[in-house]
Amino acid sequence: MRKALHLKKGWGQQIVFLGPCLLFFLTIVVTPFILGFYYSSTDWNGLDLDKAVWTGSANWKRIFMNDDKFWDSLYFTLRFTAVAVVGANVLGLLLAFILMTALKTKKILRTIFFMPNVIGGILLGYIWQFIFTKGFNTIGDLTGISFFNLPWLGTPSTGFWGLVIVFIWQTAGYMMVIYIAALAGIPKDLIEAAKIDGARAPQLFKSVYVPLIMPAITICLFLTTSNAFKMFDLNLSLTKGGPGTSTQSLAYNIYAEALINNRYGLGTAKALLFFFAVSIITVTQVWITKRKEVSA
Amino acid sequence: MQETSRYRLSTFILEIAAILLALIFLSPFYLVLTNSVKGLREILVDAASFPEVFKWANYADVWKIIDFPKAFWNSFQITALSVIFIVLFSSMAAYQIVRRPSKFNSFVFLLLISAMIIPFQSLMLQLVRVTSILELRGEIYGIVACYLGFGMPLSVFLFHGFIKTVPYELEEAARVDGSNPYGVFFRIVFPLLMPIIVTVIILNTLWIWNDYLLPVLVIGGNKDLTTLPVAVTKFFGQYTKKWDLALPGLVMAITPILLFFLTLQKYIVEGVTSGSVKG
Repeated sequence: MRKALHLKKGWGQQIVFLGPCLLFFLTIVVTPFILGFYYSSTDWNGLDLDKAVWTGSANWKRIFMNDDKFWDSLYFTLRFTAVAVVGANVLGLLLAFILMTALKTKKILRTIFFMPNVIGGILLGYIWQFIFTKGFNTIGDLTGISFFNLPWLGTPSTGFWGLVIVFIWQTAGYMMVIYIAALAGIPKDLIEAAKIDGARAPQLFKSVYVPLIMPAITICLFLTTSNAFKMFDLNLSLTKGGPGTSTQSLAYNIYAEALINNRYGLGTAKALLFFFAVSIITVTQVWITKRKEVSA
Repeated sequence: MQETSRYRLSTFILEIAAILLALIFLSPFYLVLTNSVKGLREILVDAASFPEVFKWANYADVWKIIDFPKAFWNSFQITALSVIFIVLFSSMAAYQIVRRPSKFNSFVFLLLISAMIIPFQSLMLQLVRVTSILELRGEIYGIVACYLGFGMPLSVFLFHGFIKTVPYELEEAARVDGSNPYGVFFRIVFPLLMPIIVTVIILNTLWIWNDYLLPVLVIGGNKDLTTLPVAVTKFFGQYTKKWDLALPGLVMAITPILLFFLTLQKYIVEGVTSGSVKG
């Protein structure tokens, strides 16, 4: 490594260049992460910040034997993630295909579809709270379509679909942008060749487009899966986990356990489980889709 | 895939369909915007109609209640400071990692990348503890420090990928001309990183500006530092059924970031694309 030679010595430079980054990363991310292993086995209540008595496996027992709400919220989160990921990616890919054709308005359309993304989930939740409770009613009265007169946010199942709708509305445009970039990178002659060989649209899609944009599919699935699984802001402002706790996401359950019930120790234990769940799900997903990637 | 140059009837039909879909996509914004200038009674009677008279007073009231200039300035300061230091520190770190690939530095890089998978909820409670020990809570430098920590992994990763493609010859020439390592980085390398700097700025600005939970936890009770999303959320909680006040608050909260997006949309879309392709 001749290139690196002149940097080989020089601790001064190592400290100046890497020091600040490491300082903040270790303090803000690594230290809390390690502390989590300790606090997850204590009765830390958050009020007496420095008092936390070691309780061994009490929190874990409680979670596994005696905490239906946690498992309900895990089940809710898994269902939500499955539906939201498929929805956001199907719509995103569809929009990308539409906007790859010679539309005159494609620039402005691209802007519009991307727009919900730049606004934070907390505000989007409030916007949709108004739409679901007031806007839909009015549209329902005007058009007579019963879909709009459903008790949105009022029942567990409509609340679930309400969150799904808002998540897809927010995320599809982001995925669209990534898919457009991927589609634009496909060599034109490949498509021509497939057409000359007699490939029709469904076959073209399945055997040419999908394999070639597999890297983008990996990324989009990773982004939507981890975002949907970690959903918090939207949950807080749109349904507050309600009615009851029927639409409570895992992230919201942890938040409520700690900051509303003041059980920080228990919350930390749940947060640790949450971390393992996120890791397993996203790593598995990336591993599966990565294997399907081909090079053109 | 290149676009076909012919504009056929089928293209026209597709265009109409796409425009209709876009209008549906936009309709939530339309409803929020038009109802934000109606009186409460008018909102409750008919949320779909165009306002009879524009009640701009709604906005004036909310402006005062949430102290908009202050909340905006807090958000602006926190976002700007965080983003500036993220760009500076993560580009320097990535440069060192690429140009001095020692075992330690490779390990640091691996650690940073792995941390990207940790959800915020897994850290937040212990972070509250850490920030209070270090007396970072309720202070602007405290929340900026947190954003630096959380912003580092992705930003270092993006810079790392980009710096690998920067040719080394330029740096060598500068060194032969007698420049020291710091001069080489700041005068030669840093300007070359501009495309990825824009990406890092955009990705970090979007999440830091919109972030809700971290300011709640770290700024907490210090009302002088309340950010815009937090101000609106508190306000919204109090006035949930008073839509004539809640809606103008929402519009005021989303306007700054929407303007940011509409002015810089070309760079934002490019930044998001290159950020995700590398991520």
